[in-house]
Amino acid sequence: MIKKILKSVREYKKATILTPFFVALEVVLEVIIPILMSVIIDDGIEKGNINVVLMIGGILVIAAILSLIFGALSGRYAAVASSGFAKNLRHDMYYKIQDYSFSNIEKFSSSSLVTRLTTDVNNVQMAYQMVTRIAVRAPMMLLFSLLMVITVSPKLAIIFAIVAPILGFVLIYIANRAHPLFEGVFRTYDELNNGVQENVRGIRVVKAYVQEEHEIKKFNKVSDKIYNDFLKAEKLVALNNPIMRLCIYSSILLVSWFGAHFVVNGVLTSGELTSVITYAAQILNSLMMLSMVYVTCIISLPSIERIVEVLEEVPDIKNPKKAIDTVKDGSIVFDNVSFSYVNDADKLSLKNINLAIKSGEVIGIIGGIGSSKSTLVNLIPRLYDVFEGSVKVGGVDVRDYDIETLRNSVSVVLQKNVLFSGTILENLRWGDKNAPIDEVRKVCDIACCNEFIDKFPLGYDTYIDQGGTNVSGGQRQRLCIARALLKKPKILILDDSTSAVDTKTDALIRKSFKEYIPEVTKIIIAQRISSVEDCDRVIVLDNGEVDAFDTPKNLLKHNKIYQEVYNSQVKGSDSDE
Amino acid sequence: MSKRRKIDKHILLRLLKYITSNFKFELCVIIISIIVSSVCHVSGQLFLQKLIDDYITPLLSTKNPVYTSLAKAIGFMAVIYLFGIIATFLYTRVVAIVSQGVLKDIRNDMFEHMETLPIKFFDENSHGDIMSYYINDTDTLREMVSQSIPNAVNSFVILVAVFVSMLSLNVYLTIVIILGVLLMLRVAKMVGSKSSKYFVLRQKSVAKVNGYIEEMIDGEKVIKVFTHEEEAKKDFDKINDELFDNTTKANTFANIMMPIMGNIGYLLYVLIAIVGSFIAIKTDTLSVGAIASFLLLTRNFTMQVNQISQQYNSVALAMAGSRRIFSLIDQKSEENDGTISLVYVRKNSNGELVESNTYTGLWAWKDNKNKTLTELRGDVRLIDVDFGYEKDKQVLKNINIYAKPGQKIAFVGATGAGKTTITNLINRFYDIDAGTILYDGIDIRKINKNDLRKSLGMVLQESNLFTGTIMDNLRYGRENATDDECIEAAKLANADKFIRKLPNGYNTIIDGNGSNLSQGQRQLIAIARCAVSNPPVMILDEATSSIDTRTEKIVQDGMDKLMEGRTVFVIAHRLSTVRNSQAIMVLENGEIIERGDHDKLIAEKGKYYQLYTGAFELE
Repeated sequence: MIKKILKSVREYKKATILTPFFVALEVVLEVIIPILMSVIIDDGIEKGNINVVLMIGGILVIAAILSLIFGALSGRYAAVASSGFAKNLRHDMYYKIQDYSFSNIEKFSSSSLVTRLTTDVNNVQMAYQMVTRIAVRAPMMLLFSLLMVITVSPKLAIIFAIVAPILGFVLIYIANRAHPLFEGVFRTYDELNNGVQENVRGIRVVKAYVQEEHEIKKFNKVSDKIYNDFLKAEKLVALNNPIMRLCIYSSILLVSWFGAHFVVNGVLTSGELTSVITYAAQILNSLMMLSMVYVTCIISLPSIERIVEVLEEVPDIKNPKKAIDTVKDGSIVFDNVSFSYVNDADKLSLKNINLAIKSGEVIGIIGGIGSSKSTLVNLIPRLYDVFEGSVKVGGVDVRDYDIETLRNSVSVVLQKNVLFSGTILENLRWGDKNAPIDEVRKVCDIACCNEFIDKFPLGYDTYIDQGGTNVSGGQRQRLCIARALLKKPKILILDDSTSAVDTKTDALIRKSFKEYIPEVTKIIIAQRISSVEDCDRVIVLDNGEVDAFDTPKNLLKHNKIYQEVYNSQVKGSDSDE
Repeated sequence: MSKRRKIDKHILLRLLKYITSNFKFELCVIIISIIVSSVCHVSGQLFLQKLIDDYITPLLSTKNPVYTSLAKAIGFMAVIYLFGIIATFLYTRVVAIVSQGVLKDIRNDMFEHMETLPIKFFDENSHGDIMSYYINDTDTLREMVSQSIPNAVNSFVILVAVFVSMLSLNVYLTIVIILGVLLMLRVAKMVGSKSSKYFVLRQKSVAKVNGYIEEMIDGEKVIKVFTHEEEAKKDFDKINDELFDNTTKANTFANIMMPIMGNIGYLLYVLIAIVGSFIAIKTDTLSVGAIASFLLLTRNFTMQVNQISQQYNSVALAMAGSRRIFSLIDQKSEENDGTISLVYVRKNSNGELVESNTYTGLWAWKDNKNKTLTELRGDVRLIDVDFGYEKDKQVLKNINIYAKPGQKIAFVGATGAGKTTITNLINRFYDIDAGTILYDGIDIRKINKNDLRKSLGMVLQESNLFTGTIMDNLRYGRENATDDECIEAAKLANADKFIRKLPNGYNTIIDGNGSNLSQGQRQLIAIARCAVSNPPVMILDEATSSIDTRTEKIVQDGMDKLMEGRTVFVIAHRLSTVRNSQAIMVLENGEIIERGDHDKLIAEKGKYYQLYTGAFELE
């Protein structure tokens, strides 16, 4: 798993390696500098030898400057390595997601993908920086200090051989105990945030029902839970510091006691004793740092897992090997098609669909909520793969086409319309990025967009906010239709794409379709009966099955569902809205 | 700059107030334990120097060394250390209690205050922005309260102790040290302000990348349909690189702070050694031992200064976080000074109104000044009402509406014509600029806001539900409604059928975003929720917009039953749903341009006629 994400280090390998390298050099100097410092005192000042003070002082200055340089370099490279790694992780995940099919995206849900790309990457970045710096510094310090103690007095080293493992064990124990507690806290945090979000979104409901008190009570309950759980975890972690001191202090006392005997017996000088005490603190400090690295790593493990999941997900729609790169015409055949979102024969969303649509036909689709209208049309541009049977466009199975070719020929205006932040022109050119302005104007004429675009002071350069919130629903839908038309498709699919457009404009758009793009096969899903009334044929879907496929006239005569819908909208009024 | 600093000081004081007001005792414990712990630590260090000179060296000259005095000394040390450990244990624990407590208090204060804010606040601030008060800003405080402050206090205590010892050894050398430390602080500030500048930039880039990722992943299906993957990648790389740049810079400055400060400390050490030696040799006012001790103190001193400067970033970030938190807490709450309240009443044998403690189905307005009761009938009048969300932008002009009890009044018009705005004035989500709104003859500004809103049921287009069971959601408007009443309401709204099909029926947990229910189903639940609360006046703002026409037809009967005997304000996109209203108001640009019932408006052949025949687009 860790190997997998380390693949994303790439060009930051150099920085990743240089970081511990300079950290190591820094550590070496950090070990040397205190020795020089004691030499200044012992050989220079104590002996009144100013030359030694100057000379060692000079060396010390050089050492300090070198240490500064190494420290700065290691800091710099650590920053580059970790931010670079994070950048590459985001890049790799994002690129991977671009290869996902609809069902891949649904498997993760978009909000989870966003968290993985943001929070999880952040956690990994922090852990990475910590590992490259401290995971080198701490063991080296530990090793150096131990070595120094051993060379000075192997017997005193035994004290550390006993204390250090005990401390290490206790620290790891605390970390292991605290970790699940922290995870629990973060889950409760999610709950809290969710509550706040609901309140922010639904503030009108809260206020309309005068439920502020109730909401505050709810919030305080979750807030209390966070307080209690967090406190439990923090109290545990707060033990680290006193335990650490306990170990340092007891080693110091032990070293002092036994060291004193050694000094008296002449196996140790008093200067050596002082240095062993200094090293005691360093040894145990390094252990503390190691336990911190340990904690950061276990916290980031679940994040790594989630990132790897995204990277390892296999896109379930792939380009075939010998892809066909032209679509002959706009004919569509559904040959005994069944479909399931979960690949389960018992949970079919579409059952035994057989349809033959000629190139250039205008087809309407109606059916209630949950009748799988959108599912049906999403199979045509191969947004999903069939479970059984086959879908053919231009006489060829959609799975044999190059995906880009297929989707350029089959233009879908999705039910959930999205415009992106950018100008109107930029949004329209999603259909064809090199489209000359004349052509853009032409499709806008067909989709009846120019009447409102021309009213905007900036016209085509009007900026669309994220989510397209600054144009009305009807305008957004028409822009989406224009965008789809710019692809010059052979098949155009409108998935309930004119629901917010008034009936007159709706009819106008359909009239322009007939006039300007008669050769394009058009499939129109609609709630409104008037939108499908002048289609060549209409598919009536019910519960994932074709209830009828006939001309509107015949349907009105014979089909019960069609009649019901017709009556609910037409009877008693001239038309809906 | 100086003004900014004043604000910072102000914010810091306010933050400290949170600690001092609720945790006085704990704070004392913390400060005392930190002092004890630091003093024990320092005296331990001092003892170690004495150990050799006073205890070990004398032993060297004796033939048969007796270790009792050494043992006593070490025993004494052990006691001091024990105190140190206990103090450390105490303060780390109490710091945890205080930091979590302060965070909880701030969190609760923020939320409690947020609930009192006017709708306007939520209009003006993006949801993501409000969320980040709770997610990011409080987090910056956690680090500061639980780590930076204790560390800084700890270092400060040691610093003072060391400083006093240095001063007692030699004044001149101390001055050199002070000058050196001032230099260190200057450098720390330079590096620190650079790093916090880039941290702020980094925060901005993070927001940008997050926003972009959200937009793109949300629209991923459109990207697929338009095979726009390559372009989406290119744009992403650009902002991803920018984030990398800022993060690298911010982290670089944060990372190099430690080596820079540490090594300046070493240089200072050398400087003191040289100057000290010269003083010792040339003037004889300084003993060799004193220089040695002074050097040790120097090292300790600079280490503490280094420690303190490491807190620069976390404090700077926390200051930025608190500034935002306090700006939320300082937002002005909704005013609610109405004195007239809503009470349950029943009629006694004389037909007079008598206040009741239990639900009776009858309401009255109670004037708490002169104790009069006015029966709630649902007569709502808007007289010459003007309103604008901003001062110089009028949204509604000269609106006059008379809704008699039991009437259904409909608003029709394009998006932005002011339909929803009118209904938001009746329940005082916003306050009018001119004119009056009368409710059963009472100016609504005299009515307690909560009671006013309780009397008005609302079903909105965005049917926001809350995480919990379906039953919890139905009961939202009347907590003590029985299960049967809720089920009855669900049946009325035609929601019963699909609710029963859910895995746990009425006890199915739904989440607030309602990802497990369709928009239409959510609207049905919202209608049922309103029915449970059984309000005398209802506002339906596009309440059935997400329900398909076939289902709407079925819901309609229930809706008609629900509306019976109540004054209802309806906003609907589908004109078929407002046809049977007693009065239809056609709004355009904040003015009522046509009014009357369906037949009258059709006969007039005006705007309504055009809308109805589909010649104009609504939205």
